[in-house]
Amino acid sequence: METVAVEYGLILAGTLFALGLISVLVRRNIIFMLISVEIMLNAAGLAFIVAGARWGQADGQVMFIFIITMAAAEVSVGLALILQIYHQLKTLDSDAADKMKG
Amino acid sequence: MIHLLWLIPTLPFLGALILVLTSSSISRRAAAIIGCSTIGLAALITVLIGYEFLATHTEAYRHVAWNWFAVSGLSVGFSFHLDALSLVFLFVITFVGFFIHLYSVAFMHDDAGFTRFFAYLNLFVCAMLILVLADNLVLLYLGWEGVGLCSYLLIGFWYDEEKNGYAARKAFIMTRVGDTALAIGLFMLFGVFHTLDIQEILTQAPKLWSPGTQTATIIAFLLLGGAVGKSAQLPLQSWLPDAMAGPSPVSALIHAATMVTAGVYLIARMHGIYELAPLAQLWVGIIGAVTLLIAGCSALTQNDLKRVLAYSTISQIGYMFLALGIGAWSAAVFHFMIHAFFKALLFLGAGTVIWALHHEHDMFKMGGLRKRMPVVYWTFLIGAGSLAAIPLVTAGFYSKDQILWLAWASAKGSPWFFIAALTGAFITSVYTFRMVFVTFFGAEKTHTAHLPGKLMHVALMVLAVLSLVGGFIELPHTFGHVTLLSDLLHPILPSTVLRAGAESSEVLIQLIAATVALSGVLLAYIFYIVKPSLADEIGSSCFEVHQLWYAGWRFDALYNLLIVRPFVWVSTINKRDIIDQFYTGLVTATEYFGKTFSRTQTGVLRWYIMGITAGAVIILTLSLFINR
Amino acid sequence: MQATFYIASAVAVLATIMVITRYNMIHALLYLVISFLAVAIVFFILGAPFVAALEVIVYAGAIVVLIIFAIMMLNLKEEAVEQERIWFSGNTWIGPGVLSVILLGELIYILVSSASPEVSSRVIDARDVGLSLYGPYIIGVELCGLLLMSGIVGAYHLGRQKKKVVHRFLEQTDEWKQ
Repeated sequence: METVAVEYGLILAGTLFALGLISVLVRRNIIFMLISVEIMLNAAGLAFIVAGARWGQADGQVMFIFIITMAAAEVSVGLALILQIYHQLKTLDSDAADKMKG
Repeated sequence: MIHLLWLIPTLPFLGALILVLTSSSISRRAAAIIGCSTIGLAALITVLIGYEFLATHTEAYRHVAWNWFAVSGLSVGFSFHLDALSLVFLFVITFVGFFIHLYSVAFMHDDAGFTRFFAYLNLFVCAMLILVLADNLVLLYLGWEGVGLCSYLLIGFWYDEEKNGYAARKAFIMTRVGDTALAIGLFMLFGVFHTLDIQEILTQAPKLWSPGTQTATIIAFLLLGGAVGKSAQLPLQSWLPDAMAGPSPVSALIHAATMVTAGVYLIARMHGIYELAPLAQLWVGIIGAVTLLIAGCSALTQNDLKRVLAYSTISQIGYMFLALGIGAWSAAVFHFMIHAFFKALLFLGAGTVIWALHHEHDMFKMGGLRKRMPVVYWTFLIGAGSLAAIPLVTAGFYSKDQILWLAWASAKGSPWFFIAALTGAFITSVYTFRMVFVTFFGAEKTHTAHLPGKLMHVALMVLAVLSLVGGFIELPHTFGHVTLLSDLLHPILPSTVLRAGAESSEVLIQLIAATVALSGVLLAYIFYIVKPSLADEIGSSCFEVHQLWYAGWRFDALYNLLIVRPFVWVSTINKRDIIDQFYTGLVTATEYFGKTFSRTQTGVLRWYIMGITAGAVIILTLSLFINR
Repeated sequence: MQATFYIASAVAVLATIMVITRYNMIHALLYLVISFLAVAIVFFILGAPFVAALEVIVYAGAIVVLIIFAIMMLNLKEEAVEQERIWFSGNTWIGPGVLSVILLGELIYILVSSASPEVSSRVIDARDVGLSLYGPYIIGVELCGLLLMSGIVGAYHLGRQKKKVVHRFLEQTDEWKQ
């Protein structure tokens, strides 16, 4: 079975990560920011899987499982926060939530 | 009986405690009874213990009251050590202390701080007793600092007047200079012996050190520093004349009879170390000799009755230091004892006079008191005679004569010491009788307000008797040859080594000393009774010298110039604390950066992410450049 | 096999680009599902079938569905899309784009410049992962349990609507009554 060079897997992970990063920076809508964070987390997980496959070890997949757990927790808390923000500010604009400015 | 030793310091302490706790609600009568009875009981116990001690020929008795603290190898207890040396001191402290307490009842009768006075006085006696009974140096230091504290409190007893507070501070700070040296000495002793038990140190020292070892010399000098501070010797002597700001009984008890002789006690107690450090011992003698001369000269020129006595105290303690320096240990203790009697007597007499004349201190405004106050006159005369060492009848003659002779005859003595001591003796008798003649003879210049009562007379007379007969416990070889005191002290303090062939000079020297003392009296008589104008003429012809001596050889001005003013200068330029500036700068910088960076806290989430991203890019770029 | 990898990669990248350029959230989420599915295929090719399954179930399934439910709860209308279009236009792209491209360029440079070993062809199945998870990583599993627990508690606490009391004598004006 032919295999894939590690670098291509990692480049894919890097590309997805960069796309997610651009989106986080550009978007003002908090839900979009959350989605972008999910893309970035997924990209990080992909990098772990590629590294795990490189060495033929299960550790990379274990890490992915941890990341997925974290993502699930983050999304649930994040969505609850978004609902609160929308309720309080009547908008999804992240720039509106700037009461903590110094 | 001897097991009641712990009661001796405890009783005055209890007295002080009761007086302090009940100070506002207690009557004067009760305060006086508590104050005097505790000391009286202590004196009584001292007599009983002393009797038992002498009867059973005990070497030493040790009583551990309780353990104070124990830290890794150092165990310090409230443990008391009684031997002949501490017995002599105990006797003097409790007895003289008791009579001074009695006297104070009358003297302080109208004072607002009556209870406070007795509380301080009792506390002082307690601290002094701890000092002389301590069997380890830590406890001794506790007593040492305790008497310093009480001295401070009592000098500044009339704290309404600013100069009294100043005098108290001066005494405290100057003695503290010596105390610091003493503390360092104790640290070094602990470093060498790993114990601060006095007897242990004295037994181990000769095994560890050969005579003249450097460590022994340094430690001996440091201990000497402490002694010099407490005993007002050169160069730390200038606090004592100012300490006369306190009430007269305080001057009598603390600044004449007991506390100032603590330095003598310390050196006598640690004599084993001085014998291993001949250089330090020589310096003890030199300091004593120089001090007795310059203090005597200053005493010649003073007008204030109490200041004359203060300088005379410095001078007499100089004699004790001289005796210690030539290895005449028991002679020093003997002179201490006699000095305590007659100097307490003189101070109490002076206090009575001053009290009777509306707190008039200038003796040239007194005069003619001989007939107004005969008891005071006669007792004062006895004290003065003893101070001037009038031959045969006074105790002072026997004690001072012993020092004079040993200054000449002992192995460590020298003609220089002898000449200094002899000159000092002459000056002593001149200024003593100058004081007597000016105060008690001539015309009455100030009206006597109130005459002393019975209590004062009792105290004066008892002390006068002691000043007369106290000398008979130790008589020279040529005259009776009684050696009660030196026999008693012999197991503790080694006897003086005489120079070969010097024994025969004793009679001659006694005759010289007697002549000198009497000629001093004669000189004073000529100057102040026969031709009073003569003194003024000499005073004005040597105006510069007179001024110099009057100002105590201007030591205060010297210290002001050398220490106080540079210190003030340094503290002026360092008013805003250089070290503090650094921290203030730190605070300012932190505040500035905090304010600056808080502007980046925009609250816009995307900017924060932007910052994180930019940071990641920078770090990655840097790592790329550095690695390749 | 390599061809499959490249196709899946291309789909994933394209789908992600679509995600980040949509104005409508639901559309974006649908593209996101496609992206996740493509990544799952990549996982499968890399010899991680268990994780590929998890990716589909948890990411493409649970998480995306959760977000869709949240959007439904917000009850957004057409104005939201318009609003998104307004926010999206303009030059907000430039700074983030430049930064991200630099980052990506550096990453690719690092990856390409070093020697490129092959991925091992061994398939690591669920059994291996399970052994590893409940063997040396057991403490991590427990910590994950704690994290999920706190996620649940946090979500419950934050998601609760507090009653807004304007004044004690006035009626509650809050339409979000619990």
